[in-house]
Amino acid sequence: MKERDESLYYVRDIPVPETPDPGTEPKPWNKTEIVGKPMPRVDAYERVSGSAVYPSDTLLPGMLYGVILRCPHPNAVVRNVDTSGAERMPGVYAVISGSNAGSELKWPYAPGIRPKFFDAHCHFEGEVVAAVAAETPYRAWDAGRAIKVKYDVLPFVSDPRDALRPDSPAVHQKGNLAGDVQKYERGDVNKGFAAADVVLESEYRTSVEIHTPMELHGCVARWDGDLLTIWESTQGVYAVQSRVAEVLGLPLAKVRVIGHYLGGGFGSKLQTGKYSVIAALMAKKTGRPVKLFLSREETFLVTGNRPPSYMKLKAGVKSDGTLTALEFQCLGAGGAYPSGGVQLVDWQVRDLYTCPNVRTEGTDAYINAGLARPFRAPGHPQGSWALEQMMDSLAEAIKMDPVDLRLKNIPNYSQARPGNPPYTTTGLRECLEAGAKAFGWKEARNRKSKPEKTEKIHLRRGIGMAGCLWVAGSGQPPSTIILKLFSDGSANLNMGASDIGTGTKTIMAMVVAEELGLKPDKIQIENADTGATQYATPSGGSKTVPTEGPAVRAAAIDVKQQLLKLAAEELKIGSADLTIQDGEIISAGDQSKKIKITGISGLKKRGVIVGVGYRGPNPKGKAVNPFGAQFCEVEVNTKTGEIEILRFVAAHDSGRVMNRLTYDNQVIGGITMGIGFAMTEARVLDRSETGKLCNKNWHDYKLPTALDVPAEIVSIPIELDDSEANSIGAKGHGEPVTIPTAAAIANAVYDATGIRVTDTLINPVQLSRLLSESKERK
Amino acid sequence: MKEESKPTLCNCAQGVTRRGFLASVGAGAVAVAAAGKIAAESSTVPASPEEMARTALLINGRKYHLLVEPRWSLLFVLREKLGLTATKVGCDRGECGACTVLVNDMPQYACMILAVEAEGAPITTLEGLMNAEELGPVQQAFLEHDAFQCGYCTPGQIMAVEGLLRRNPDPSPEEIKRSVSGNLCRCGAYAHIFKAVRRAAELKSAKGGGQ
Repeated sequence: MKERDESLYYVRDIPVPETPDPGTEPKPWNKTEIVGKPMPRVDAYERVSGSAVYPSDTLLPGMLYGVILRCPHPNAVVRNVDTSGAERMPGVYAVISGSNAGSELKWPYAPGIRPKFFDAHCHFEGEVVAAVAAETPYRAWDAGRAIKVKYDVLPFVSDPRDALRPDSPAVHQKGNLAGDVQKYERGDVNKGFAAADVVLESEYRTSVEIHTPMELHGCVARWDGDLLTIWESTQGVYAVQSRVAEVLGLPLAKVRVIGHYLGGGFGSKLQTGKYSVIAALMAKKTGRPVKLFLSREETFLVTGNRPPSYMKLKAGVKSDGTLTALEFQCLGAGGAYPSGGVQLVDWQVRDLYTCPNVRTEGTDAYINAGLARPFRAPGHPQGSWALEQMMDSLAEAIKMDPVDLRLKNIPNYSQARPGNPPYTTTGLRECLEAGAKAFGWKEARNRKSKPEKTEKIHLRRGIGMAGCLWVAGSGQPPSTIILKLFSDGSANLNMGASDIGTGTKTIMAMVVAEELGLKPDKIQIENADTGATQYATPSGGSKTVPTEGPAVRAAAIDVKQQLLKLAAEELKIGSADLTIQDGEIISAGDQSKKIKITGISGLKKRGVIVGVGYRGPNPKGKAVNPFGAQFCEVEVNTKTGEIEILRFVAAHDSGRVMNRLTYDNQVIGGITMGIGFAMTEARVLDRSETGKLCNKNWHDYKLPTALDVPAEIVSIPIELDDSEANSIGAKGHGEPVTIPTAAAIANAVYDATGIRVTDTLINPVQLSRLLSESKERK
Repeated sequence: MKEESKPTLCNCAQGVTRRGFLASVGAGAVAVAAAGKIAAESSTVPASPEEMARTALLINGRKYHLLVEPRWSLLFVLREKLGLTATKVGCDRGECGACTVLVNDMPQYACMILAVEAEGAPITTLEGLMNAEELGPVQQAFLEHDAFQCGYCTPGQIMAVEGLLRRNPDPSPEEIKRSVSGNLCRCGAYAHIFKAVRRAAELKSAKGGGQ
């Protein structure tokens, strides 16, 4: 049986076509003129001027506003929906529910699980019950509130630890186990533990983190006859197209999805929500465009989360730092339908450090709550929270520097993949060494052992670090790119992929500019439109640059070869020794033979050269993964439990740095998000009384603000020559940068206080309690 | 001289037409009676089109005469009625700052102000920082320092910084942090935002006090 490649989670349940193998791959760049430099974004003007039209900015003539009425209970059956009051309201154009428009539709929650779209049995708070379209959102909410719904409220379960008890309410008839227990094993952990000098065991727990991108989830839907156009805030227009077409039974060509900009996603906009289908249904019913963006509260309930992880890790190490065994268990909960509640949580344990004996087990329970969705490096920050704190504890137990312990166990091949493929590059050693150097790790540890007398006794400083790898980030087919070079030397790049804020478009312009010797501002990019651009998988998995980049380069080379042929004809020499420099084509053998691109008469006649590029396959028998290490210093107030993060150093091996400016921005963003995961963000469900979400807003669910981040975040790129990975040599970057952050903070807090905080959140509430408990023990 | 434009908004005609339509098919009386009953039960009584309020908003130096429902927020009117969509909606409940505009030069959340409350006060949105197609100094600084990722919180961040620099042309690092602490950036680009604020202060002082 073929093992499912979990690293491809971002194309889960959507059809992915193949693109042709381009055959020969171009040689890697020796040196670059444009790629790698810090360059402001090609669409920065649009974003800072306000001229960028995000999907939520869309205004169409005659547009109505939609709202969704959702089940307020975690488990309930809808007995009756009375929409008459809503329908009679002036300004209300459509009211839909299970008894009319969408009654025959199904919604594919997972393969083989296709309940009715308006299923009477609502398995989680926020399930769709009815929807309204009206002249204004105010009136639509009036109408939504006027809909009377009778529910039979049923017992619920909201915690995976409760869900697996025999007396627990069953989320589904077959019980609360969401799929088989996932098991992985290599070697013999018992032998490994027997061979160890030190064996430690601990439990760790991480809270549920909710994506909450700034732009709300939603879309505008409009029909032109049988053509449905959807402007959607999405990470993947083709993913939305295929799902909407499937649910509504429409031909793919009759569903056009456009998403030129989006205000953040972090994985929560990889998939399609019911709202897009609802907007389409109401637009059909009213004959008018319908704008349907969720409220902020709804996005907390139904647009995904990083699921809870209840972890147990047992580790064995020899006194010289050799890891002998790792045994890991995780209990998680994706929600009310299968959605990867323990997906990839064990990957750090399986593959980050050399260890011959590893056993992992993941149990995903159903609970009556909104479904998980992939969240920036799914599973990894949770697994890192456990593994990297354990590494710290092991290092202390054998009296070894935590950096040295990690350096002792660096793998050069993937132990967890079948066949143990070697990595094209593993920069983990370089990340650890260069990061420690830039941070001043040794010096800081020495200072620590001789504390200064002048320090205020209740303000204690500590340092901590953590390493990481990211399971994906290689990129892979398919990708098709079309590049048009116009006779005036400007170019138009056509790419299906979304730029989710990571700077994808800018990097692609830099690749074209590098290859064709154009100025990046001469390149216009059209992207993320199923009607007008090429197929692309959703932008997730940190694979967009290594997927699209090589295809863009191939398209540019295709254009270049055609261009050089035209120039050669004009110069009456062979095209083999022609090169492009600053808009001119020059013969390498005879520098006097040259012609401006805009002067080539063959190009003038044709007006445009069209180049096509495909993404070639990845190297066979190799693994392509990014690595990293982060270091931080904190100051803990032992009277109040307050924690200030003083500084961070992040060394990441993501292959070639494509744009230093956006590269560093990803690092600071990943660390900021990691600070939230460690210290401020936790979903709270009312476990005993109602099962409802208690903190569905940003007042009660706290994101890191400008006051929560350190003033100093230093990014140290580790650029190794990774010409094997792909033709641009870049690996994924957006996700690894958030993996080790939380564990590094926990390790620093331990260093400062001697308190091992094994459960998120590390905040004054928990830390002051732990501080006083430790005082009582003394 | 500021140009004054005439009323650009009137929903009343549409509302009346809708009512007329209902009456003409003979359901009007029933509908009105039923709606009245619901309204009596509900704590939020929707304003009928006849109850729309006249207001005049002074936005980016231009006066707009409008008919609005008293409950409409300034944010809703800016985005959905005037098409000034640079001002973003992140939460609609005073938490995130994506809708920050300047009212009397002070940063304010447009979602927390009713349009009728804003009457007469000079309002500046991101569009108002532009000189035709040319970026203002704060916008230019954000561009140079890549002080955003997805860009959705950016208009609000820029307005918060604009407000800061109008009252304090040379802010300290602490003042910079505080000034944007009411503006969430989920992408976490804060560290670049801090740099951009310093750059914006330079650009503004080079321009002689800026806008």
